[in-house]
Amino acid sequence: MSGESREVVLELRDLEVAFKVKGGGTFKAVKGVNFCIYKGETFGLVGESGSGKTSIGRAIVRINDASSGSILYKGRRIDGRIPKELDLEVVRKIQMIFQDPMASLNERAKVDYIVSEGLYNIGVKRSEEERRELVAKALLEVGLLPEFASRFPHEFSGGQRQRIGIARALIMEPELIVADEPISALDVSIRAQVLNLLSSIQKAKGLTYLFIAHDLSVVRFITDRIAVISKGRIVELAETEELFRHPLHPYTRALISAIPQPDPLAERRKVVKVYDPACHDYSVEGPAWSDVGGGHFVLANSKELEAYREGLAAGRL
Amino acid sequence: MAKGDAILEAKDIVIKFNLRGRTLTAIRGAGLRLNEGETLAIVGESGSGKSVLTKSFIGMLDQNGWVDSGEAVFEGRNLAAIKDEKDWLAIRGKKISMVFQDPMTALNPLLTVGAQIKEVFELHHGLSGKQADHAVVEMLERVGIDNPSERRKQYPHEFSGGMRQRVVIAIAVACKPRILICDEPTTALDVTIQAQILDLIKALQRDLAFTTVYITHDLGVVANVADKVAVMYAGQIVETGSAEEVFYDSRHPYTWALLSSLPQLGVKGQPLYSISGTPPNLFNTVVGDAFAPRNPKALKVDFAAQPPMFQVSPTHSAATWLLDPRAPAMEPPPAILAMRAKLGGAKLGGAKLGDAAKNGGAL
Repeated sequence: MSGESREVVLELRDLEVAFKVKGGGTFKAVKGVNFCIYKGETFGLVGESGSGKTSIGRAIVRINDASSGSILYKGRRIDGRIPKELDLEVVRKIQMIFQDPMASLNERAKVDYIVSEGLYNIGVKRSEEERRELVAKALLEVGLLPEFASRFPHEFSGGQRQRIGIARALIMEPELIVADEPISALDVSIRAQVLNLLSSIQKAKGLTYLFIAHDLSVVRFITDRIAVISKGRIVELAETEELFRHPLHPYTRALISAIPQPDPLAERRKVVKVYDPACHDYSVEGPAWSDVGGGHFVLANSKELEAYREGLAAGRL
Repeated sequence: MAKGDAILEAKDIVIKFNLRGRTLTAIRGAGLRLNEGETLAIVGESGSGKSVLTKSFIGMLDQNGWVDSGEAVFEGRNLAAIKDEKDWLAIRGKKISMVFQDPMTALNPLLTVGAQIKEVFELHHGLSGKQADHAVVEMLERVGIDNPSERRKQYPHEFSGGMRQRVVIAIAVACKPRILICDEPTTALDVTIQAQILDLIKALQRDLAFTTVYITHDLGVVANVADKVAVMYAGQIVETGSAEEVFYDSRHPYTWALLSSLPQLGVKGQPLYSISGTPPNLFNTVVGDAFAPRNPKALKVDFAAQPPMFQVSPTHSAATWLLDPRAPAMEPPPAILAMRAKLGGAKLGGAKLGDAAKNGGAL
């Protein structure tokens, strides 16, 4: 898959997200982040809690402001102040699915309203009949019955509630869906259902996903490319299988080594690698975002980069 | 007591809850044997009863719940018969102690972590003053907290999630319990921290020689820690065996389904195996095999009669009619067969697993 010929849906350029800290000063949750998401792909953003992965997702749907850098949707800047029409378009085209279906649905509203709320917000006048039809269609698409529209969220299980959350995004006919840990609050047996649903919708509608998660085994299964983020910086980006076969950055390697496998004998032999940021010597030369070839990027200085390239060529990495 | 002797033996436990005038049977006759020094992992989806069952061992069932029948023998005493809160105090926290899922809520935000650990030493060991403080520092050091003499004076909010869980563990093991129950101890933590916490619990188990029970839905964690695994479904233990037996030679369709739905075993671009339907409503009486309605290959008998536990090996048993000699031969689903072929265990298991495969073929 070469990147040049593919349509870029979303591009982040030197994105920085900063928050004001009590007592003055700012905290940079996201620093110098660059990546593109291509049309139709599932792009995984993986990191531990506090790494800034959610802040990136929220900056894309413009819940958080980008403090510097830019976010481009199909070549047009969507961060900061933007014209009204573009704003309405972006609201429709970029939708979000949240982590906790128990917290992300309005308990006092019926499913009918929850699913169609977005339609009211974009100000397109629709007859009541049309709106109902759209809700019914969205519910069917996520495997729920149209009758459920008249019920309240508490009448549903966690998996069903997450389906409602997905229906609410789908009714807007989005192109890009930012899914922030969409299955981590769900039970094991339900996770597979929701993952399958996300994949089948993607195939049917040609959707693009930004899949934010901390569970690498899930991310490996569902994504085409992965960016690994640590302390607000992307440390490595590659096609999914490439990343798992040849992880370069020590942080990525530590993260991959920590994934528990359903294999007792292998687990008992396993040695978990620990990432120590002190292993980098950036006193002389700081790290830069560099391509090691084939769309595999890593944050490294020239000395480290050389070691990675040598390691790859010799088959050690 | 020697390693390998039973430390806790539960038989036919039935636990019921009263909810708005209706009775829910959360545990429908579950039994397990916990051996001295081993690690048992109880797996199952939410609502399967794994937490309820273990909570009954420390008298922490909600007010509206009770052990209806069955017995759980620990140190010659039937825990299921204890009614008096005073009697529980001699066991809970002292002999059997628990680590909870969320370290954010398990600690008291208004007390320093030192004070919370000290309480244990004062109440159960009768230590006080300097002696107790000394024990606290020693305990914090043992669970891997740097600079313990200073950090004991800090409050929970000054600790990260992983460090907080270490404090919770320190409180739980401060009494040198004989059994430590860990209820989803790492679900709220990042993977790298998870690995550290699991290693810590293992190291403490070696040093302090306690027996560990894990309650988890994460089969990766189970593979990492467990000597023995019990799979729970709808208030019953449907399969139990050594970790190797359950992962490499599972026999119950529910265990197959649970393993098949792991993304680690999925094939990219193809739908992941998913279990259809929902667990049975435990307000109603369950007839037959509780998993049958969700099992596309269920036998007729599964809907009519509840399967007994069939012995597969001295340590391995499963409650499924498939193990009855009269049952038709049934292969595990493709994902399970592929997993057995793929996993490192299959190569390493050698003769033992070869035998298991033969038995599996004959079934």
